[in-house]
Amino acid sequence: MISEDTLKELALTLSEYKLIVEKLDREPNELELGLFGALWSEHCGYKHTKKLLRTIKSKSKYTLTEAGAENAGAINIGDNKAIVMKIESHNHPSAVEPYEGAATGVGGIVRDIFAMGARPIALLNSLRFGDLNIDRNIQIANGVVEGISGYGNCLGIPNIGGECLFDESYENNPLVNAMCVGIVDIDSILSAKAESPGDLLIIIGSETGRDGIHGASGLASQNFEETVELRSAVQVGNPFLEKLLIEACLEIATLDELVGMQDCGAAGITSAAIEMAERSNLGLSIDVNKVPVREKGMTPYEIMLSESQERMLIAVRKNEYKNIFKILDKWDLKCSIIGEFIEGNDVIIHNDKKFISKTPINTLTTAPEYDLSKISKGYTAPYKEIKLQKSYSSFNENIIKAHIKKIISSDNLVSKKSLYKKYDHHVQTNTVVEPGSDSAVIRIKGTDKMLALSCDGNSRLCGVNPKVGSEINIAEACRNISVMGATPIALTDGLNFGDPTKAKGAYELIETFKGFNNACEIFETPIISGNASLFNEGHKTSINPTPIIGAMGIMDKNIKVPKKGFISEGDKIGLLGKSLWGTDIGLSGSEFQRIFDKDLSGEIYIDLKFEKIIQENIRTLVHKNLINSAHDISIGGLMSAIILCCEQNNLGAKIDKKIPENWAGSLFGEDQSRIIFSYDEENKKEISKLLNKSNWMEIGTVTEKNIKFENIFIESDSLFMSYNKGFSRDI
Amino acid sequence: MKIGIVVFPGTWSESDTFYATKDILGFNTEYIWHKDQKLHGIDLVVLPGGFSYGDYLLTGAIASFSPIIEQVIEFANKGGPVIGICNGFQILCESKLLPGILIKNKKLSFVCEWSNLKVNNKSIFSSEYQNNEIIKIPISHGEGNYQADKSIINELESENRIIFRYSSESGQINDSYNPNGSINNIAGIINKEGNVLGMMPHPEKASEKLIGGDDGLGIFKSVLKKVLND
Repeated sequence: MISEDTLKELALTLSEYKLIVEKLDREPNELELGLFGALWSEHCGYKHTKKLLRTIKSKSKYTLTEAGAENAGAINIGDNKAIVMKIESHNHPSAVEPYEGAATGVGGIVRDIFAMGARPIALLNSLRFGDLNIDRNIQIANGVVEGISGYGNCLGIPNIGGECLFDESYENNPLVNAMCVGIVDIDSILSAKAESPGDLLIIIGSETGRDGIHGASGLASQNFEETVELRSAVQVGNPFLEKLLIEACLEIATLDELVGMQDCGAAGITSAAIEMAERSNLGLSIDVNKVPVREKGMTPYEIMLSESQERMLIAVRKNEYKNIFKILDKWDLKCSIIGEFIEGNDVIIHNDKKFISKTPINTLTTAPEYDLSKISKGYTAPYKEIKLQKSYSSFNENIIKAHIKKIISSDNLVSKKSLYKKYDHHVQTNTVVEPGSDSAVIRIKGTDKMLALSCDGNSRLCGVNPKVGSEINIAEACRNISVMGATPIALTDGLNFGDPTKAKGAYELIETFKGFNNACEIFETPIISGNASLFNEGHKTSINPTPIIGAMGIMDKNIKVPKKGFISEGDKIGLLGKSLWGTDIGLSGSEFQRIFDKDLSGEIYIDLKFEKIIQENIRTLVHKNLINSAHDISIGGLMSAIILCCEQNNLGAKIDKKIPENWAGSLFGEDQSRIIFSYDEENKKEISKLLNKSNWMEIGTVTEKNIKFENIFIESDSLFMSYNKGFSRDI
Repeated sequence: MKIGIVVFPGTWSESDTFYATKDILGFNTEYIWHKDQKLHGIDLVVLPGGFSYGDYLLTGAIASFSPIIEQVIEFANKGGPVIGICNGFQILCESKLLPGILIKNKKLSFVCEWSNLKVNNKSIFSSEYQNNEIIKIPISHGEGNYQADKSIINELESENRIIFRYSSESGQINDSYNPNGSINNIAGIINKEGNVLGMMPHPEKASEKLIGGDDGLGIFKSVLKKVLND
């Protein structure tokens, strides 16, 4: 009988093992067990999320792919062009080995994009770390940022946006989510499959080494504490090789002889080859002896499960590989024919002449599906009432100023310039709006279109209520796109959650999908691709549920994109939304609550239909060229938004309102669906005509410097200085 | 009239340069693969930026041994104009077409930002600018810290061969406007004969107002004007 330790190493349970024996009608051999461990891992088999993923809105009139069917999702933007995009996490590897973990995370997501035949045109990333005042966290953060910079800059893909936030919830369990966007002619999109028996399976790129074995099953499927010893499971990246692979593969992609292309990512050849065969409804014969290896004596098990980076698989018509090999030779890339697609449904593995395994593919690829509702049954999320200190509702100038100063110096609010300066964001010469705004904008050469792209997610709000928090995350992602004047048309989701085998983790996932479905329906934005990283459990507890949303919007090239900040003195300031002031309950899950109350409690709320209206409104104002700047109110509330609007061009603001007695909620409540914009006074008439009177108000005027409300005067210089000082410790 | 952009494995600014010279400026431009041994009919050679050969060993060092570089050296020795951008500048130094060396940025980390450059217009690469004009061009490098012997620096200064220096928006030149620690804020230099330019900033990335500015086009315009007049 199999030992529990062996199963644990493969992240299989005893009942799963029994299921394997039952399906095979025999005991699996060592290699076969490895194949199951990899393919039945969450990373490849989605055994805890598949049921939920099926419920998600993944189609619209623009989608070109079935969700999860290809390496990434593709969306039609007209002119025979498709945008391909996906987000992927590399959390556990980055926790163990920050530089290489993050670097190979970038490498992996880029391969997913060019496997579709698409030229990668943008990278974004969402990062989460524990508090910077703890040494280990600064070490992780530095390693991750250097890794993204070191790997990404080599590739010639602009890194144009994202976010970097800190919360004790990510202590020992950082999140590194990387998103890549590519472009391809619709009629040239590649599929990750073969066409007919006899098609050859060829491996390209790096030799296969002993690195990364059990990456998918081990690292990504176990609690963090168990993975510290798995350092050898982290892969090492070679961005130079990746760059050659991009160019060579995109050149190969134009040849008729090429049938399909697939990234060799998590679970290595096993997952890549077997999933290719499954998609093609074909069998597959592989000779592991044909795989170029880095060192002698590697076993078939190691070869099949290695996660060595910078490898691609292609399916090629039999005897028609000559031109492909010529291109690979031009780029000095190694390749080898390692198998062929065959009739039937089996994967047959040989080591030279020696037979090792014959296993039905559909058995390997049909991981058990767990019903999360059974796991979460009976679980009620603990409700914690919001605590408001007495001083929060008694107006006191000095206290308010001290709170403003502290919040604007928070690592979550300060300028992230030191970070994105390390990423090339100009290469490919398409960047119209650089990092630092609500979203980034790139133009698409050869068309009259531009894309707005963002990548973020508020996990504290999801910690308060995962369903509403997820609705807010999608709403905010779309809002970030809309303030640029673009219409959001597609999303990709990075699910970062705790242990789904525990009631809390299961509940949070279920609620998140409910929120997604509500929001996707309203904003008409399908989730076209995504990634699930579960088992994110730090030493003390699971992370806040962190659904990261990558959003893409489209706009005409002639649209003048508004700036984030005010641009000239004398401009009027407007607020789109029901109310200028935040509320006390809006402090739930806020940055204010994190800093001053060290708490996560309360209730959150969003009216999605109203949110949709104000997003349509802001787009209309941009399209009619009536406004000069637009910025949404999010983390840090109204006060932080005003400061950031002033800071960009070193201006000030006079707000013709009195701050209410409950200043904390009013200034720092993170109530949703509010956008600050500025405009020439002469445009007011036109704006009033376009907007419903109850949805907006003029709140003040842009001034030379400092921020004035009717009952307070706030000097801006020192605030700007705190903001521009950047992180509390150097990243 | 033809521009040749040399493509090494790992470089990535060849397509941006192609876009700037061909699509924006309308000049005949073609790629030259590093394994080719010929520079037929080329009037201007550009060595682009990126990470040739992964920048393993030393930046630009491996590229300086590639077959095409012998041709580039011969072309330059005959007076043909050559521009090396970023990694291309590093390759020019490694192949001894330009003096000095580019080492790690003083702060040791990669830096990507718009830089202000003060122009010396006494060269075939900068004649389209006003003398001492301040132009905005992005930089994107980890190893752009130009260093050379004192005698070389004196020579560069006295022969007026420093074409671009990092400066403030108003033209001040000091340490606070130096992104990488280069001696005398050097951003770009020419050889003794004046036909080889190496610069760390990326002029091809400043090729259109839509993407933040088109100050970089003047470099291509200057040298191409010279080629056309010859």
